[in-house]
Amino acid sequence: MSDKPDFTELQNLAAEILGVNADDVQMNKSFAKDLAADSLDLVELIAAVEDKYGVELSEERLDGMKDIGALWVFLEEEHAKRQEV
Amino acid sequence: MAITSAPRVRSDALPLRTFKAQGRPSAIYGVGAYAPDAVLSNFDLEKMFDTSDQWITERTGIRTRHIAEAGTRTLDLAREAGSRALAAAGIGAQDLDMIIVGTSTPDGPFPSIACRLQDEWDAPGAYSYDILAACTSFVYGLANADAAIATGRAENVLVIGAEVLSRNLDYTQRGTGTAVIFGDGAGAAVVRPAEGSAGFKAWCLGGDGRGYEQVTCGNIPQGAYAAKDPNPIINMKGPEVFKFAVDIFLRQAYEVCQTAGISLDEIDLFVPHQANFRIIDAAARRLGLPMEKVVHNIDEFGNTSSASIPLALDEAIRAGRVKSGDKVLLAGFGAGLTWGATLLEWA
Repeated sequence: MSDKPDFTELQNLAAEILGVNADDVQMNKSFAKDLAADSLDLVELIAAVEDKYGVELSEERLDGMKDIGALWVFLEEEHAKRQEV
Repeated sequence: MAITSAPRVRSDALPLRTFKAQGRPSAIYGVGAYAPDAVLSNFDLEKMFDTSDQWITERTGIRTRHIAEAGTRTLDLAREAGSRALAAAGIGAQDLDMIIVGTSTPDGPFPSIACRLQDEWDAPGAYSYDILAACTSFVYGLANADAAIATGRAENVLVIGAEVLSRNLDYTQRGTGTAVIFGDGAGAAVVRPAEGSAGFKAWCLGGDGRGYEQVTCGNIPQGAYAAKDPNPIINMKGPEVFKFAVDIFLRQAYEVCQTAGISLDEIDLFVPHQANFRIIDAAARRLGLPMEKVVHNIDEFGNTSSASIPLALDEAIRAGRVKSGDKVLLAGFGAGLTWGATLLEWA
């Protein structure tokens, strides 16, 4: 994850995995309630995010993430960590 | 989102073991399958406990499963599938040097179903045994057949995957998690020395027993027999298994193709273990394989464990989807945890 994460890219990725419109993937959208993501969708989303951004996201960590905004914050934090290194 | 280079490997993931085929090459020369006639649909299940066709279909892609009548032996299914594979290969049971039956649902602790088949067919002599690697049993069986032929210990090997899983399901509210998924069936293949360039090219075989609690049957950790559990029921940690499965499908497919010296886009047909349509779909997308190259019949059969790959392969053959020279990827994973994949050129 050398480049700064791009929100449009995350929108497209989540839209493809969750089968929703990219426009519906917004910071305040809850995975379960707004995007109708079930546990299997989230497993797939973790795998795709890890592939795309070269990060590792544990299920425990994801459990604490209820919406797209939380996932975005995680990606920004991971990016910042790499910049420090 | 297909991978374009080697797949990501998590820091806690086991390295996979892959093996290039060695010695005398072997290939599949006949496939057969059998499933009981009786079908249990999602609508039937709706009447048995609180579930819905929509929920099951969305989560698993399963619409029906074939269920054996009470009293049916795994041996009965194995015999039907095995006879059909022998007929397809144009040989008789008396020609066999080796019989391997993969099953997690034997009719009893022993004798093996493989030996019972010798009696049913009145064809003694072959080196015969059962193996238990859950849903990976069929791929492990093919690997053992290939090894025996490679080293000259066998000419004609029959590998069978057969399961009566319905005996270990609970069709009440308590068992809904697995009762909707599993079905009964059997599939078989005859493995013989390969001609020309045909044959198994590479294998990826492994296990990680630390994950034994993800899919179990009966008392944990004592084991159903030791605990004298009269009615062991299959239990599965769905999301964990899903995560393991999507990862292992991708990694072993990539590794086995690398070892075989082909790229993922050269795969003509992918026959995955039919565990859950969403696992198959996710794996195919990440491998960059269009669904025309992927065999799936989980909608009709559900997850038949060791029988699922040969049941799907048989359907693909009958539909004319496999031709000589095709690069075919077979990949499975299952309880244990276990996994196995092979890349073969179709005879």
